[in-house]
Amino acid sequence: MSALRDASADPLTCPPQGVAEEAPLALGRDLVVRYGGRTVLDRVSIEVHRREVVSLIGPNGAGKTTAVRTLLGLIKPDAGVVHHAPGVVVGYVPQRIEPEDLLPLTTRRFLAMAGRRARADIVAVLEEVGAAPLIDRQLSNLSGGEFRRVLLARALLRDPDLLVLDEPIQQVDFAGQLAMHQLIGRLRDRRGCGVLVISHDLHLVLGATDRVVCINGHVCCAGEPEAVSRHPEYISLFGPGAAAALAVYTHDPGHRHDHPIAVAAVDDTPPDSGVDPERAG
Amino acid sequence: MFDDFFARALAGGIGVALATGPLGCFMVWRRMAYFGDSIAHSALLGVLLGVVLGIDLNGGIILMCVALALLLLLLQQQRRLATDTLLGILAHGTLALGLVGLSFLQSVRVDLMTYLFGDILAVTGRDLIWIYGGGGAVLVATALIWRPLLAVTVHEELARAEGVRAGLVRIVFTLLIALAVAIAMKIIGLILIVSLLIIPAATARRLALSPEQMALLASAIGAAAVAGGLHGSLAWDTPSGPSIVVAALALFTLCHGGAALASVFFGRVVDSARAEN
Repeated sequence: MSALRDASADPLTCPPQGVAEEAPLALGRDLVVRYGGRTVLDRVSIEVHRREVVSLIGPNGAGKTTAVRTLLGLIKPDAGVVHHAPGVVVGYVPQRIEPEDLLPLTTRRFLAMAGRRARADIVAVLEEVGAAPLIDRQLSNLSGGEFRRVLLARALLRDPDLLVLDEPIQQVDFAGQLAMHQLIGRLRDRRGCGVLVISHDLHLVLGATDRVVCINGHVCCAGEPEAVSRHPEYISLFGPGAAAALAVYTHDPGHRHDHPIAVAAVDDTPPDSGVDPERAG
Repeated sequence: MFDDFFARALAGGIGVALATGPLGCFMVWRRMAYFGDSIAHSALLGVLLGVVLGIDLNGGIILMCVALALLLLLLQQQRRLATDTLLGILAHGTLALGLVGLSFLQSVRVDLMTYLFGDILAVTGRDLIWIYGGGGAVLVATALIWRPLLAVTVHEELARAEGVRAGLVRIVFTLLIALAVAIAMKIIGLILIVSLLIIPAATARRLALSPEQMALLASAIGAAAVAGGLHGSLAWDTPSGPSIVVAALALFTLCHGGAALASVFFGRVVDSARAEN
């Protein structure tokens, strides 16, 4: 297991300045991944620096998850280079993960597996992601949205240098989405964390992102969110409507909570709904 | 104390049950019942190997089980055949090879029934040393890899992203299954071995609230099944190995059936009480 950072260190301490010259936390250059005969990634390059939020966007099947898994060393690329800064602690929240029904495990115990951490740390991090009441529940009794929060808590408990979130907004209700944006910003500003966020939708990550990489097998365009949203390849991928909607969005960030589409996308069981009949065992 | 054949049988059976309880839980969690079964089926080929090499038959069984376990791990990397197809081929292929091979050995009489269904009542002092030495090693090794193995079992990608060496952990775990199978052969025979790994663990799932609880309960339930089965075998003159499995099955039915009945009569009380815990 990789070494956990000293638990006594204050997680909110700022790292030394001079961020721009620093080597990236994680770097993937010209990554090529083929499944069977199909090229899923075609010379994709991504890098994440400390104190930077990078959003990886693209349509379904664009290879976003594959790119991230390759960057994390979970997939061996057919070509290209992956490099991590020495001693980087990664917190990873995968997209699809089902709690194992057969394994009796409480949230507290699941979080303790992230490293030997005190009970107070676990309680604090659960409060940070709004999942404090779940601490003594069995994982098999959690809803999808609840479980994603617990996963996020686990990633944070590791006190990561690099936090990787695969579709963090999925299955999270709208209040949760706002909280997620705030959380991502806080992680960057106070912990000095590098954050890599995958999303199929630029809207959802726009609130807190420094750089956007748009891929569809290859890198279509990359840069600041505004520039990407005007880029012809972005518009051809997502349609002119997406760019227009984005423009409205950026001009009125204060009223995000009234957006009707996002409210309709709520897909979460309330925390107090009790046992899901499908899962009870 | 171990002069009596029944006491030796009881000591051997309980030793095996204690050692295999935690391992059986991981087999249940990782859905590897058929994997264990395939390794067990190759044990007969191990007997053949032992005879041909002129080494201790237990040693031959361990060698063969380990070899097959590693072969399985290797073959799982390929994508041409589904894992269960592969396991089916290897399980029955190695069993058939073992049976055919042993039939050539006219000079050595091998009691097939002993290997297929076990002969716990013939456990010797030497067997007990194998069981407690090997079983102790299995338990110690399981404890040593417990944390990383549990992390990989809960979610392999997450564990790997957090720096757990999943490949190494999987190899050690597979070797432990091979060792456990070799140890349990004498007690319960290669046909029924997996039931001694799986049934106590599945029974314990109902009662446990943590992985460690489930592992300890599985060991205890396995030991109870051995004791119950052996006494039943003595009382009604039934074959010992199958009697142990029947006892384990009875405990499983009692536990799950009891819980199901309770939830019918008391609604969701049982489950919601568990959720509160």
